[in-house]
Amino acid sequence: MDLASLTVTELREQLRTRAASPLEALDAIERRIAAVDPLIHGYLHRDLDQARALAASADVSLLLGGVPIAIKDVLNVRGQPCTCASKILRGYVAPYDATAIARLRAAGAIPFGRTNMDEFAMGSSTENSSVCTTSNPWDLTRIPGGSSGGSAAVVAAGEAYAALGSDTGGSIRQPAALCGCVGLKPTYGRVSRFGLVAFASSLDQIGPFSKTVRDSALLLNAISGQDPQDSTSVAQPVPDFTAALGSDLKGIRLGMPKEYFIEGIDPQVDAAVRAAIKQCENLGAEIVEVSLPHTDYAVAVYYILATAEASANFARFDGVRYGHRAANPANLLDHYGRTREEGFGPEVKRRIILGTYVLSSGYYDAYYLRAQKVRTLIRQDFTQAFERVDAIICPTSPEPAFKAGDRTGDPLKMYLADIFTIATNLAGNPGISIPCGFAAIEGAQLPIGLQLIGKPFEEAQLLSIAHAYEQSTPWHLRHPPLSR
Amino acid sequence: MPSPTLDVRYTAQLARINLSEEEIATFQSQLDHIIQYVEKLKQVDVSGVEPTAHAIPVFNVFRPDNPRDWFDATTALSNAPRQANGLFSVTKVVE
Repeated sequence: MDLASLTVTELREQLRTRAASPLEALDAIERRIAAVDPLIHGYLHRDLDQARALAASADVSLLLGGVPIAIKDVLNVRGQPCTCASKILRGYVAPYDATAIARLRAAGAIPFGRTNMDEFAMGSSTENSSVCTTSNPWDLTRIPGGSSGGSAAVVAAGEAYAALGSDTGGSIRQPAALCGCVGLKPTYGRVSRFGLVAFASSLDQIGPFSKTVRDSALLLNAISGQDPQDSTSVAQPVPDFTAALGSDLKGIRLGMPKEYFIEGIDPQVDAAVRAAIKQCENLGAEIVEVSLPHTDYAVAVYYILATAEASANFARFDGVRYGHRAANPANLLDHYGRTREEGFGPEVKRRIILGTYVLSSGYYDAYYLRAQKVRTLIRQDFTQAFERVDAIICPTSPEPAFKAGDRTGDPLKMYLADIFTIATNLAGNPGISIPCGFAAIEGAQLPIGLQLIGKPFEEAQLLSIAHAYEQSTPWHLRHPPLSR
Repeated sequence: MPSPTLDVRYTAQLARINLSEEEIATFQSQLDHIIQYVEKLKQVDVSGVEPTAHAIPVFNVFRPDNPRDWFDATTALSNAPRQANGLFSVTKVVE
């Protein structure tokens, strides 16, 4: 048996019964990485010696005891690089653990490997990484989605049992959809953001990538809960998210938002998502049409609020306390201007400039304040829809993975790749993407993602609905055609 | 409201990012396009609507002010591009 092909749940059983050891689990992943990562380029860095030391002393009786987990390069793991795939943080070594990482460790997991991403999580294709591009395991000429493209690709390619990512406007769900794995964005406030390099603080949330819904529930069990070091983490009780798995969909009301089934959506995606909705109906769910009338404004609101928050957050990259510093600055302005010119890539510069503009004197009310008000309306859309339904069901992405290089010259077109995921971040609700079929395009089979959006802090029900659908369909059992 | 007037050269100065002439030209056309797109928010009636800053409203979060172990100076300086005498070294601010 190749351990690397196992789910976290299956691996746990192997480790718990001592049929396999944590060292064997780690070595199996390392072998798989050696075989396929030269094609995928999902990892930026691995410290095998450090991981082997942790594996040798792992307590397999714990929730994730001895399970290696890949980490997006945006989360601080003590003693490991944390570069956000940016030149400005090249050489940075995290002096502390993010809370989500500390909690993974407390559950016995081994943070192993740094996954590629769009620089500072700004992008939808992982092409904005300053290090390398990552390939989609289902078609190496296509992008894996983004910004957590590395995490999605390594899970889909079987070179990680599971991974953590971050989702500000779809950065977990969209790459999960495009790579054919499970990706969960928890409710804003469910998981502490302490130690997550901030992009847009009112939208960022950490979440898992996995091969199955059950595995995402396990990881969420480990990382959830209020944290004194993140004042926006919420004092909600953390249930066992695996407990509700296995129930059927009888009595569940699923809302189909008409604004998410629009012209311009890929016909194969549309057909697969409609078939998935039919399948949920077969499983006992009642399908209700709902309306989220302000959907069309979500991308515009997002690119004002997220860039505004980023422009403030990124003031910390000043070449003083950490990161790149320009050589021989003539004065302080030169120091800042050149440090940031040399350190940031084009997309990061564009967004900082846009964010600076929408916050600047004379434009604040017209852009930032107005966007915050429309955000209120988008939230109200969800609140009203959830008075009638338990979850919303829709596509994760309007299309399957596109070709590398297709959109790099047109930022607005790239932004529209997140059209179905962004509103969830603005409203704060949890959302999950699970595989729901494949699109046949140019000889490749490209995964399609089904998005389920839940009520705030109702991840248990959301996961239970996703699990019921997943277990009744074969999609999660298919693997990309990489040599095993 | 006048038509969009994002001046990339000026705004990049505010953001403390030097740009090449080529970048200024590229960004200007790309950001004009994006600003044009976000202008669609002007169509929305927001009269009487309160702004949302955070999706899950949480106010006045306190925790006990107890001392605890955290970074020592060596750790805090471990990523500094320049340091001297156990301090961050900065570019001269005053003459």
